[in-house]
Amino acid sequence: MLFNPVFLWTDMLLWLLLVSVAFYIWRVRQREHLLQPWRRLLRSRSGVASAVVLLAFVAVGVFDSLHFRLPLEKQGNGAETHYSPEVLSVFDLMVGPLRKQVEKTYSAPFAVQLYTKETIELPGGKQVRDYPRLKYGGAHLREPVREQAGDIAVTALQGGVYAFFLCGGLTVALALWLARRRGISPGEAWTMIRHGRDEIPWRTLLTTIGLLILFGCLATVFSAKYHIFGTDKVGQDVFYLSLKSIRTGLMIGTLTTLVMLPFALLLGIMAGYFRGWVDDVIQYTYTTLSSIPGVLLIAAAVLILQVYMDNNQELFDTVAARADLRLLFLCVILGITSWTGLCRLLRGETLKVREMEFIQAATAFGVGHFRIIARHILPNVMHIVLISIVLDFSALVLAEAVLSYVGVGVDPSMQSWGNMINGARLEMAREPMVWWSLLAAFVFMFVLVLSANLFSDRVRDAFDPRVR
Amino acid sequence: MINYIIRRILYAIPILIGVNLLTFALFFVVNTPDNMARIHLGVKHVTPEAIAKWKHERGYDKPLMWNGAAQGAKQVSDTIFFEKSVGMFAFDFGRSDEGRDIAHDIKTRMWPSLAIALPVFMVGLAINITFAMLMAFFRATYIDFSGVVLCVAMMSISGLFYIIGGQYLVSKLLHLTPISGFDAGSNALKFIILPVVIGVIGGIGSGARWYRTIFLEETGRDYVRTARAKGLSELSVLFSHVLKNAMIPILTGAVVVIPLLFMGSLISESFFGIPGLGSYTIDAINAQDFAIVRAMVFLGSVLYIIGLILTDISYTLVDPRIRLE
Repeated sequence: MLFNPVFLWTDMLLWLLLVSVAFYIWRVRQREHLLQPWRRLLRSRSGVASAVVLLAFVAVGVFDSLHFRLPLEKQGNGAETHYSPEVLSVFDLMVGPLRKQVEKTYSAPFAVQLYTKETIELPGGKQVRDYPRLKYGGAHLREPVREQAGDIAVTALQGGVYAFFLCGGLTVALALWLARRRGISPGEAWTMIRHGRDEIPWRTLLTTIGLLILFGCLATVFSAKYHIFGTDKVGQDVFYLSLKSIRTGLMIGTLTTLVMLPFALLLGIMAGYFRGWVDDVIQYTYTTLSSIPGVLLIAAAVLILQVYMDNNQELFDTVAARADLRLLFLCVILGITSWTGLCRLLRGETLKVREMEFIQAATAFGVGHFRIIARHILPNVMHIVLISIVLDFSALVLAEAVLSYVGVGVDPSMQSWGNMINGARLEMAREPMVWWSLLAAFVFMFVLVLSANLFSDRVRDAFDPRVR
Repeated sequence: MINYIIRRILYAIPILIGVNLLTFALFFVVNTPDNMARIHLGVKHVTPEAIAKWKHERGYDKPLMWNGAAQGAKQVSDTIFFEKSVGMFAFDFGRSDEGRDIAHDIKTRMWPSLAIALPVFMVGLAINITFAMLMAFFRATYIDFSGVVLCVAMMSISGLFYIIGGQYLVSKLLHLTPISGFDAGSNALKFIILPVVIGVIGGIGSGARWYRTIFLEETGRDYVRTARAKGLSELSVLFSHVLKNAMIPILTGAVVVIPLLFMGSLISESFFGIPGLGSYTIDAINAQDFAIVRAMVFLGSVLYIIGLILTDISYTLVDPRIRLE
């Protein structure tokens, strides 16, 4: 075998989520009344722009969720193939050199020298203390001081040209496609795009994609030669770490709500529909859970998991499997703390819906409880589920960083923005300051959370019947 | 009203028992006291005697929930669950796993926490409401739009960034306040200013935006139209009519957190080295001191329930139409 696939728990859940999203899209496409709010969403400029950025993040996360292990060199003929303990993802292969170009320790963005001084042996046998050159960052330059500015300009130009051609091609393709679809000439289609005369804001769409392409091209051409966000303490490329952290952030943001969704739906609807003692029991459960301060419950649960893992180390064959289980557990426990809010909302909405005429009609016709819930109540409370999934997402991404700082977040071996911030915090006092991994983590988080916030605003506007 | 409050307090008891059961399950059933002892004494080379001694000193050597060996009521009372829970209800938190008196620690550490949390809450509330009123006053103009954009952007910045950025800018570059630390009495002021300012700034984004929605919802009501029709100026409509009516939704969110102010803020306290309850909890988490974490969980739940009751009472004060029955 060329590789040994590794199925991590969170990977499988993510794929399950993608399959259900695909199923949902297929279902929505056939039903006009379900399609309506999405149309409204796609007509707003901030909705389109944030959706594009979110999709770019999701793409990175999805490629980063196909894991495998490469075989080690064979020991002899016929010997069993052994696989490396290092778990890689498809994304690691795509960004190959970024992962492998490891320096010795810190180096600033675009630096050609290490952050710390070392004793270097000159060819003549003399020893000096100076900043040594980096192994990979700017290694192609002979005289960095003189050549670097020119090299950066040339490389930026190169990236810009690539981006220009890609964007141009994309615009032409869009204009041709629109022209065919609307039965107008390509010139008219171009004018329509440029002046934003269509229902769908094509201009915003193109600008956002264009900016993403520009950033992507620049990052590609530069990271082949430099460490664009510098390197961290063990010399890993910070840009690579930030990209890898996207998966962690997305997992925390989506799986958390997903894991607890069945419980929240079932209990919330049951409490609202059956009322009486069922309602009392369920209300008691969620009041108890929500009266425990969230961070403390998470801290307690994660501490306990850690003790359990320390005592049962034989259960995990790779570090990644161990880190993955901790991530999943963190999602579950975060879900337990945030589940109560959704449950309360669903209960309230069900209480309202169950008094409506169509439910009374269904009851009068002798439809069973289960069918009433599944056919009549569930579709009428789904907008609440969707809104709360999107609303919770950004808060959860931010919470990950805080929890990792407290020491009850994801596994320290897992790349995440929280771990990056936590690691960089200890170097704040150094002179000159090591600021790049902090800044990279904050910038990536900011972009993801900002687009998630804008998107969730639009989702709420489109789906909440009260807002209309 | 008194009846209602008494009923609410009685209703809190089963919830607190539930909280206790849950934390008990988390701390003792998933992890046996043996495991805890091993963690504290070091995983390797621990004699069974050392574990037994550790457990005995902390009262962890009894059966978990049911003592089959004892007689009568002792079957229930002579267990870990009963002893640890009953103490909690009397606010006797016992000793930490390191042997310190938790109740005394909480009493001394409560004040630094309050010194930070109370100003953050008060100033934050005032500033958020002011900004929200401004945006509501200039609604549907560019001022309102850019205000909302600013709020969303500020919401999207991690709280850690405000703290780290603020420390770097104010303390390291400008040398206006010390980076971290705390002092007793009036000397504490210079240590308090920065965390308070950062706490307020960090909360503006979500707070002002939330209050703006509330104000806008109120401005769409009939009584606002009536007030305008009477010829009142927009400013007096906003201040004397909308603000009063918006107090109910504002109180829902605000009053419930007042008791929790005692708990302090986990993150900013540990960044600024303030010896409050927040950093107490973080230290306990890092030292895996289960007794302290358990006490803090219980205390947090009690304060939350007090907050809920206070919210209900404050409703009747703000809106005379609401009667608590």
